[in-house]
Amino acid sequence: MAVAERGNPLVEGLERLPIHPTSMVIFGGTGDLAHRKLLPAIYNIAHEGALPERFNLIAVSRSDIAHDDYRAMARESIEKYSRRTPDPQVLNKLLEQVRYVPGTFDDDSVYERLDEQLKEFDKEAGIAFNRLFYLSTAPTFFPVIVGKLGDHGLSRHGEGEVRAVIEKPFGTRLAEALELNRQVLSVLDESQVFRIDHYLGKETVQNMLAFRFANGMFEPIWNRNYIDYVQITAAEDLGIGSRAGYYDTSGALRDLVQNHMLQLLTLLCMEPPVTFTADDVRDEKVKVLHSIKPVDPDCTVRARYTAGMAEGKEVPAYLEEEGVPQDSQTETYAALRLEVDNWRWAGIPIYMRTGKRVARKVTEIAITLKPVPHLAFESEGSIGVQPNQLVLTMQPNEGVALSLGAKIPGTRMRIRPVNMEFLYGTAFLSQSPEAYERLILDAMRGDATLFTRDDEVEAQWRVIDPILEAWSKGSPPLVEYTAGSAGPEEANKLLEPGHRWRAI
Amino acid sequence: MTDAGGIWSEANTTPGAIDSAIRQLLQEQYARDEACAPARVLNLVVVVDREWRGEVLNRLERVGRYHPSRLILCAVEEGRTTIDATVAITIEDHAPGEPGLVRERIVLDLGPRHLEGLDTIVDPLVVTDIATVTWSPHGHPEAVDALLHLSQVILVDSINEFDPGAAVDRARDLAQEAYIVDLAWLRSTPWRERVASTFDPPQWREELGRIDSVTVRHSPQSAVAGLLFCGWLAARLGWEPGSLLSADGSLHGKAHGRRQDVSLKLEPDPTMSVPGLAGVELGTAGGMSIALDRGPGGLTARRRDRKGKESTWTVLGASRGEAGILGEGIRQALLRDPVYAAALGRAEAMVG
Repeated sequence: MAVAERGNPLVEGLERLPIHPTSMVIFGGTGDLAHRKLLPAIYNIAHEGALPERFNLIAVSRSDIAHDDYRAMARESIEKYSRRTPDPQVLNKLLEQVRYVPGTFDDDSVYERLDEQLKEFDKEAGIAFNRLFYLSTAPTFFPVIVGKLGDHGLSRHGEGEVRAVIEKPFGTRLAEALELNRQVLSVLDESQVFRIDHYLGKETVQNMLAFRFANGMFEPIWNRNYIDYVQITAAEDLGIGSRAGYYDTSGALRDLVQNHMLQLLTLLCMEPPVTFTADDVRDEKVKVLHSIKPVDPDCTVRARYTAGMAEGKEVPAYLEEEGVPQDSQTETYAALRLEVDNWRWAGIPIYMRTGKRVARKVTEIAITLKPVPHLAFESEGSIGVQPNQLVLTMQPNEGVALSLGAKIPGTRMRIRPVNMEFLYGTAFLSQSPEAYERLILDAMRGDATLFTRDDEVEAQWRVIDPILEAWSKGSPPLVEYTAGSAGPEEANKLLEPGHRWRAI
Repeated sequence: MTDAGGIWSEANTTPGAIDSAIRQLLQEQYARDEACAPARVLNLVVVVDREWRGEVLNRLERVGRYHPSRLILCAVEEGRTTIDATVAITIEDHAPGEPGLVRERIVLDLGPRHLEGLDTIVDPLVVTDIATVTWSPHGHPEAVDALLHLSQVILVDSINEFDPGAAVDRARDLAQEAYIVDLAWLRSTPWRERVASTFDPPQWREELGRIDSVTVRHSPQSAVAGLLFCGWLAARLGWEPGSLLSADGSLHGKAHGRRQDVSLKLEPDPTMSVPGLAGVELGTAGGMSIALDRGPGGLTARRRDRKGKESTWTVLGASRGEAGILGEGIRQALLRDPVYAAALGRAEAMVG
């Protein structure tokens, strides 16, 4: 067999596997995401020597500026937002490979110039570079850009691969997501599409897979026989900042539940995949989404914050935040109770909540086990035996904690809960890379494991859409909570008897 | 950046007293600040000459996030008969609400007479159930031998041996007893990655079987890094290398490949002031070649195709520096490289 067909024998044992030479195009190259996240991520990948051995970057945006002006902007962004101080020589060399194409996304001449530039890169190198189009624009432009790429023959490239990364939100309702998928997949194959949810690029989220499937001790109890209930929390102590324009059209349910929190839910509930290849993992996640029972609107809570205190300072109500319309009905807090109706999880309530401007920043999954069947211990004078609780914390202190009952020292047999705690930071030397670094590399490599597939995003919307529909009709009504609190009282009504929210 | 957590020192002390002092300092630290947790990644035992103690400590300070959780530095002083010890607890800077990581640093001043039984001194001081890594940059093989049964990993830098043959022999001997992380090997990592990348596109991969020449330029003291690089190519591509001979200050030889012999050349580059490789060039029987050289912002790549057409570009990447190499060595101690042993075996054939 020829060497070319056998695979590359030199990659054995290498941590960083080769990536085919790539030309990356950022649509929305002057936007906030490009400046804060994408350009610094690309620099850090370059710094570590992990970019493809040949790499070019083209930014496309409306501002009518020259290549050098864009390079200066990119330098400034990288110097400001990179997680490490840039090495001037690496930065200079990276910027030498940057080009800028000005124009609007519906302008055919933009794609003609883009095509010319991409061909020029190929010609100079004598190879067909892979092409990665990163759509970092307002969602309304996603179908426009993909359509134009198809019209101008940029969706295919001979021996090179063409891939497109599409930012979130992927639609704002189910119908919109379906239509967007239809438009995108009329130009590109699903294997070329990388719907990004940067949450999946976080080490902490990927650790969920390691935690569940690399530790045999949890599997026997990971089911309805031992688990009493689950709660998933994604709480923010901050308000909406300067994002009123985006946030008021989105709200907590779309901003966090439809994507990030459902991702956590699927990783928590999925069956072990046959392999950790993209489709095997995503098949299992989609099965979980399909198993979620339609959510009764009465099992949801929507709320927004009123003025309160945060970090000892007075903070305004949501309606008083800059840019929020006075007649806004947008929720800054969402809570729901749902059920994954399958063999493993049937009957276990899964509570989810997310909120802005609550008491503390925390993202965690808490799994409460059923209580022991018989208590022979004294309960008088002690907190008593509490059900074991396993808490997987994603932020701020990534770790795992298990509450256990332990004897209080003394002559009497009294029990109180104690914590067995593991913090990832105490056991690993490496600093986690930024989520965007991991995901950009994966997209260049064509590994879609950490991206959302078409049927997955549709299944997410099928869970969320009926809730949005009910909410749009005022059911349940929007309630309020004080900024800096744990959220609205109404969230407690979602809980079954004996269940309680963990403190935020 | 770290905060001082507490210091203890005692002259003419014992391992038992040191162990008690560590526990006492940790208890005091927890009493002062509950929001801290001990880092439990690995123990690093370092054996150094007393006069280089400060330099090695500085080098370890610069490894950034790859600090060992417990460092036991044994400074060997000629003529010393007693053990003096200093224990320092440090807490890594942390954001409010996040726990600070506690690390422990133990510095022992001891004499050559202690080295043969060094394990009995160090054993009570290592944290059990986490990996122990031993590094002895100034020789002291008797200390390493004594610590072998405590160590899961031995950190070596083969370029520290004057003779490449002796370096390869020593690494091979140690590899029988523990997992070896060789900094000389890690110095070649970016080069190996880039060569693997170059030949990764299918149209280039076929050329791997046609490689007929390899030239490696290295800093004058880093011939062994070049040997390991050639050993890696030989192991991965199925070459059987013969002994290299010295001529004109370089090492020359041949490896028997599946299709043709491959000429090997290791050439010192006197302009290179830092350890490691300066450049590699691979040629193929079909007239193609690829050269990689250190350059600003990464490696300068130069490729010539069969028709003689050349193209040049920069493979981006920042230099890791010596602190970065050491940090990488500590990180690699918790991983397992499946290729080093085979590369070392082929390198052994070249110096045999």
